[in-house]
Amino acid sequence: MSDITLPARPTHMRMGSSIGQNLTRREGVLKTTGAARFAADNHPAGMVYAAIAGSDVARGRVTSLNVDAARAHPGVIEVMTPANAPPLAMDPDAKLHGFMFRLDLLQNDRVRYHHQPIAVVVAETLEAATEGAALLAPTYEVEPARTDLGADDSFVPAAVGAGHTASESHGDVEGGLDAAVVKMEATYDTPAQYHNAMEPHSIVVEWQGNTLSIDMPTQGFAMTQGRIAGLFGIPAENIAIRSPHLGGGFGSKALGVGPQILGIMAAKLVGRPVKLVLKREQMFGPVGHRAPTRQTLRMGTDGTGHLTALSHHARTATSSFDDFFEPAANSSHSLYASPAIATSHDAVRLDTGTPMFMRAPGEAPGSAALESAIDEMALACGMDPLVFRLANYAEYEPTTGKPFSSKALRECYEQGAARFGWAKRPMEPRQMRDADGMLVGWGMGTAVFPALMFQGQARARLLRDGTGVLEIGAHDMGQGAWTGLAQIAADALGLELDQIEFRSGASHMPDAGIAGGSAHTATAGAAIDGAGADVIGKLADLAMNDARSPLFGAGNAGVIARAGRLYRRDDEARSESYGEILARAGLDDIEGMGTGAGDPVLRSSYAMHAHGAVFAEVKVDPDFGQIRVTRLVGAFAAGTIVNPRMVQSQYYGGMIWGVSFALHEHAVTDKRSGRVMNANFGEYHVSVNADVPSIEAIMVEERDEHVNALGIKGVGEIGITGTVGAIANAVWHATGIRVRSFPITLDRLL
Amino acid sequence: MNRFEYARPATLAEAISAGAAEGSVFLAGGTNLMDLMKGGIARPAHLVDISRLPELDRIEHLDDGAVRIGALVRNADLAYDRDFAKRYPSVAEAILSGASAQLRNAATTAGNLLQRTRCAYFFDTASACNKRAPGTGCDARGGENRLHAVLGWSEHCIATHPSDFCVPLVALDAVVEIDGPAGQREVTLEAFHLLPGSTPERETVLVPGEIITGVRLPADAAGFAGHTRYLKVRERTSYAFAVASAAASLRLEGGVIVEARIALGGVALKPWRARAAEASLVGKPADASYFRAAAALALADATPSGGNAFKIELARRIVTRALGLAAAGTPDRVPALPASPFSGAAAHV
Repeated sequence: MSDITLPARPTHMRMGSSIGQNLTRREGVLKTTGAARFAADNHPAGMVYAAIAGSDVARGRVTSLNVDAARAHPGVIEVMTPANAPPLAMDPDAKLHGFMFRLDLLQNDRVRYHHQPIAVVVAETLEAATEGAALLAPTYEVEPARTDLGADDSFVPAAVGAGHTASESHGDVEGGLDAAVVKMEATYDTPAQYHNAMEPHSIVVEWQGNTLSIDMPTQGFAMTQGRIAGLFGIPAENIAIRSPHLGGGFGSKALGVGPQILGIMAAKLVGRPVKLVLKREQMFGPVGHRAPTRQTLRMGTDGTGHLTALSHHARTATSSFDDFFEPAANSSHSLYASPAIATSHDAVRLDTGTPMFMRAPGEAPGSAALESAIDEMALACGMDPLVFRLANYAEYEPTTGKPFSSKALRECYEQGAARFGWAKRPMEPRQMRDADGMLVGWGMGTAVFPALMFQGQARARLLRDGTGVLEIGAHDMGQGAWTGLAQIAADALGLELDQIEFRSGASHMPDAGIAGGSAHTATAGAAIDGAGADVIGKLADLAMNDARSPLFGAGNAGVIARAGRLYRRDDEARSESYGEILARAGLDDIEGMGTGAGDPVLRSSYAMHAHGAVFAEVKVDPDFGQIRVTRLVGAFAAGTIVNPRMVQSQYYGGMIWGVSFALHEHAVTDKRSGRVMNANFGEYHVSVNADVPSIEAIMVEERDEHVNALGIKGVGEIGITGTVGAIANAVWHATGIRVRSFPITLDRLL
Repeated sequence: MNRFEYARPATLAEAISAGAAEGSVFLAGGTNLMDLMKGGIARPAHLVDISRLPELDRIEHLDDGAVRIGALVRNADLAYDRDFAKRYPSVAEAILSGASAQLRNAATTAGNLLQRTRCAYFFDTASACNKRAPGTGCDARGGENRLHAVLGWSEHCIATHPSDFCVPLVALDAVVEIDGPAGQREVTLEAFHLLPGSTPERETVLVPGEIITGVRLPADAAGFAGHTRYLKVRERTSYAFAVASAAASLRLEGGVIVEARIALGGVALKPWRARAAEASLVGKPADASYFRAAAALALADATPSGGNAFKIELARRIVTRALGLAAAGTPDRVPALPASPFSGAAAHV
């Protein structure tokens, strides 16, 4: 059964497919009325509450915990520490593959980062559990925290991001720089940032023998099941996870985080269902973050503003005990045509939680630096930044020489620039003021994000009553999967949206693959499309092989499915409804399966990316340096747009995150202690409504014949790329001051 | 959160009695106290809920022309009171520049005065903080302190007072009305908050059991209504504390300043009245060069307490601008982006 009941919605008057219709979110009413059930809203009978005690220090050893005081607190049931934590079937520090991250599950008394879980208190009430955790009053043997991104003990990682090589070189970069007429070199800093989904990481978990019933937000059922199965030594199919809604994930809910596993351990220890929800401050440590970077860009151009070489090096940081390396320099692989491109990374180990995929990992900080540097290079060449970008427009992917499966970036530039009014931009900075005397600046950046696909499955069923059911364990993180994937499902089954039941959001359904990499709609959509084709094919076989059917003998001419009927392709007067076919065959229903995955041949033949152009206007107070982004115009081309409203929201969300990256977000770490000093929403600033007074996202028409059958690229992350650089460039244009350290704060402009 | 006893006294006398007990804390809007309790920074044994005490939630216009703001008047109710906002527009502007609509709806007048510093080391119970745990030291010194105090700080504490509301209030000679075990008394807001010295744990002149019953603005404070502004520079457009702010009020006669009031926010552990700067303007024309000189005087004693030297120059510029804005005249209504350097046609604060 579907885990949520979506309200029926009248079918729109329309011609053609459900895909492309501008529907509102089907679960929107549930969310706005509070009826949508998020993981932490569940309360199985007998449930108790678990609270994590987090480390106050960034590095060292726990020397004592006042377990007696916590146990003595009224309502406290049990205190889970390394001394009594249930044994696990595998070492949480084992790393069998790149997507397996080491977890802190009370395996010993080591402390490796601030807010690392060091104990869990289980109690009858949340209040008692929380106070019990406070009463533990830990003492530590403290070791000096490593907090310096610039430390001299750096190393070159074996791989960056999701298994990419740390260094690549194409062409003669040094030769190209030597031969250049104009050169630039600059270093850009980006800070540590934390995902901070509105919904904290949570779990409600109940052991039933050696099976697990779990409500938790997750971006990937199969990977999370597999991780839990390995840790507890039970078969993955014994683990039922429900995750109908996520209040954001941004990469931090992909794999099952340590605190969620601790909830499962606590439930095992006390033999009762347990709820564990992280406090906001506890999300600054054990659930991932975007690592800081220090990036050096070197470029050269010939006398006509064409790049002769592009070199992009990124220093980043990982934790002391695990490996994730923000692949920032790889942003330079596919965007600008240069005969020589080199990218490289090195890293240091800091006493932080392990960094993790965070919305546009690598691309976001990489784009911030690259787009700033391109602006600096254009200026050095005396060229308008847009003209410069067009002069270096890549007709083929520069590092591979592959053609693009589609690339409407030129149209993005044109439409975005026209809408923004870019042509009126003066070349020199500090040329524009508004009526209040504010400095006004215009900047732009190019957006790019790879059109990835993972692998997913879907199951389709047609019923005798003429309706259909589509099942897929997909993830709605707020992006609109309940709506967009259902639109694809309706088309795949040749039915109207209100004739299908779309079931999603639970682990017993066919796995849709991870909701990440901006690949979910493409992957799940392809699986749904395939499942529809499979079941329609089976239905057609029934009819075409049945002499009583008007479709009998259609053979190679085939049939087409539309509006709940199959039609002979060569004679549409001959048709039959799904129900009639099933009834005659004596079947209640018929089922098909589909797989969604990228075509390996096409994927090795073409470079596949979504593209865009972002234009920003900022105003800067000339005396105070306070900055406001007053206008943002993005134009994006990302193949088929399944639902324009959802896609526009994704673009908006990404661009607003770009504002946040450019001007607001940064974790403040005390360099002496390694503690995160702003682990709350009062002090960890993200952009608020007043920071985004005007935003537009233009959807540029693009058809892609190669990326997948539906032509879907993905829109979840591209909006953050391009935007950060556009804002930084606009700040320069307003003030004449080039700030190369993010976020751009007012003190740098005084 | 620790276990605590909760009492809701029916009368002011009962509240004073309950509040005098060891470990008692008054609860009104709770917008600050609840956060502090959840974070373990405040662990009171007794919560004395005064939020429903009668007669403290009124704005009274007194016979002598003064206005009394009851201790429990909600920040939003005060800012949106037409009569009040008309007479004290910079106070309304300051209120509306702070926090969020939800917080302003809950937070009270007295609670705003008594809100605790936002210093991260005060909030982080693992850090040394003389204010939270006297005698432990001050980890803000030598730490992440680019937003800390540049005036009135001591080696024991470099925190700032976060209130916007208090800044124009102190400039307008507001008086704090207090009741307590020893009876009623009043003290100017300027004297109400204490500088840290060697006892940063002592934040105000209140003694146990004493309760703020109201804040009074004297009659002459309304005389600035035509030339009064609050200006706040912050790190995002809304919902952020001041990096630095200033309230400026002028009385002008024939283009000449006959009286000036200046106070700064975000620069010290109390709303900072700049009397020497005020005096320097009397008898001068409302001219930018005098404003700059006054601003320099206002910050004459400022010294960085860490990586925050920029705040001194920034505060000078804010004072200069605020005086200029005050001289130009109070706008007819509170701007869409209150106290912001930006005018906002389509603001969402």
